[in-house]
Amino acid sequence: MTETSNRPLLEVVGLEKLFPIKSGLLGRPGAVVRAVDGVSFELREGETLGIVGESGCGKSTTARLVMHLIEPTAGAIRLEGRVVGSPELPLRSYLAKVQMVFQDSYASLNPRMTVEDSIAFGPTVHGISKPDAVRRARALLDRVGLEPRRFAGRYPHELSGGQRQRINIARALALQPRILILDESVSALDKSVEAQVLNLLLDLKAEFGLSFIFISHDLEVVRFMSTRVLVMYLGRVAEIGPTEAIYAGSRHPYTSALMGSILSMDPDHPTSEAPISGDPPNPIDPPSGCRFHTRCTLAEPVCSATAPPLHVVGGGHAAACHAATPGSGHSRSPGRAA
Amino acid sequence: MMLGRVEPKILEPLERSPGYWSTVWRRFRRDPVAMGALVVIVLLVLMALLAPYLAPHDPYKGMALRRLRPPGTDGYPLGTDELGRDMLSRLIHGARLSLVMGVTPVLLALVFGSVIGVSAGYFGGWLNTVLMRTIDVLFAFPSVLLAIALSGALGAGTFNALVSLTVVFIPPIARVAESVTTAVRTRDFVEAARASGAPALTIIRKHVLSNVLGPIFVYGMSLVAVSMILASGLSFLGLGVKPPEPEWGLMLNTLRTAMYTQPLLCALPGLMIFITSISFNLLTDGLRSAMDIKA
Repeated sequence: MTETSNRPLLEVVGLEKLFPIKSGLLGRPGAVVRAVDGVSFELREGETLGIVGESGCGKSTTARLVMHLIEPTAGAIRLEGRVVGSPELPLRSYLAKVQMVFQDSYASLNPRMTVEDSIAFGPTVHGISKPDAVRRARALLDRVGLEPRRFAGRYPHELSGGQRQRINIARALALQPRILILDESVSALDKSVEAQVLNLLLDLKAEFGLSFIFISHDLEVVRFMSTRVLVMYLGRVAEIGPTEAIYAGSRHPYTSALMGSILSMDPDHPTSEAPISGDPPNPIDPPSGCRFHTRCTLAEPVCSATAPPLHVVGGGHAAACHAATPGSGHSRSPGRAA
Repeated sequence: MMLGRVEPKILEPLERSPGYWSTVWRRFRRDPVAMGALVVIVLLVLMALLAPYLAPHDPYKGMALRRLRPPGTDGYPLGTDELGRDMLSRLIHGARLSLVMGVTPVLLALVFGSVIGVSAGYFGGWLNTVLMRTIDVLFAFPSVLLAIALSGALGAGTFNALVSLTVVFIPPIARVAESVTTAVRTRDFVEAARASGAPALTIIRKHVLSNVLGPIFVYGMSLVAVSMILASGLSFLGLGVKPPEPEWGLMLNTLRTAMYTQPLLCALPGLMIFITSISFNLLTDGLRSAMDIKA
């Protein structure tokens, strides 16, 4: 990992979200779901941070927490060193700088609004006059490859999934953000359309100087898009590092198992690692210690006893695994000198 | 500014799609039953508005010599009532109060019920609990009983009957408003609007209301018939409109003594109530299916 800039654009520190499960007649909170449990990462200017993991690992909750769509139980988010929600960076000005594109292109557009009104809504909220906002909406439609004359006056149900997702991208860009969170934004599209939208995203990123948080379960797409990759497991960061380090030299058995689930395109090097089996454990009652130990091939007593810290294993590459942490007590743990 | 380059073609006139409501109207027009109901309602409203010009006689002026004439009597095509007043004129004039009693409580309840239901649905949490549990208390009473109890407590009279009917219709409307709002609130486009930093009221105004008012309004329309019947019932019990005002429910009440001598005459106000309420119900059904657009 080369040091691109000293100060990260976005810092997420110890983000935590517990969902209480109401039980009993009076709705007394009983168990809690630890959806996101102490997630920290940074996003640097101009990079794409991919977030991968199985369903229910907290990827989308993390995205919604970063967007402040749900309030975090604990943790802080800083944009360019300023804490979100503090007087120096009120939530509203933060939200103009960070925008999100949702997975479901249809549900994320108001069915009663024309395309241009949907795109122009954000800017009008931030004090831009309606005619100016509409002008901006049409310019953006043109930029995302939809002819304004034909598409601005349409309603969402008249458009295809790919067209709608382009509109959602235009809507997110209408506030002129610095960061775009793409939460499974291309997952629902056909492969050919997906490729077009991905290329559009890369073009827009270069043109508008954006940074992406790219959430997907599609490992190949994440590899194609991302500068760095964050692997989540059951609400925690399992591993984070430069894309190639994660894909070629993962240090966490979960990452290795995920990578093993990618089908090999090369008959001389068939998929070798045994793909992971079973479902993730219930997040209401997560396993003790390392949360992956119930499914891990390298599990040892230390794994169920203590939770491994995120340990730096190389330039910008860190893994939360006892087998990668010196002095952890794991038999595969590297020596002190490592 | 990054979007400064506004090319001329961006400002060309748009190809506009028909909006949601014009699509609904197009679908509605193809439904003969619903259109028939709409025509009947329009005619009833016109009849109410033009009552003084349409009625052949003074609806208040009776003639003791011409009491309870059967329909078809010379000069009194629908006969005369127990005080010798022209039935046709009274039925025409009765449309005014009867429609007012049917529509006004529902409109008022739509305003209050929507405010309660949409707030409860959108904000959720403790506000939802407080509002909806309060509504549930009102729900516990059968609507007829509640209307009678309230009218009885407030005293007879048109205005008091309107108030009590409004109170009766607020809970069901609030509950429908709450459920449709809750469904809309969790949709991604509301999340996206929140993510743009819009204040709650702006989101409700621009994104929520456009998606919930239609269903709430249609539900309200279906209550118009109920309201008319309840209002007639209140008048019948002497709790609503007072004599000698012509109102269909009240006419039904005062004519019931002539049930055995002039059954056809007695049935006329009931027939008007029936026609009006069934028209509103058919209109509602038609609107509901016209609005059920599969995108």
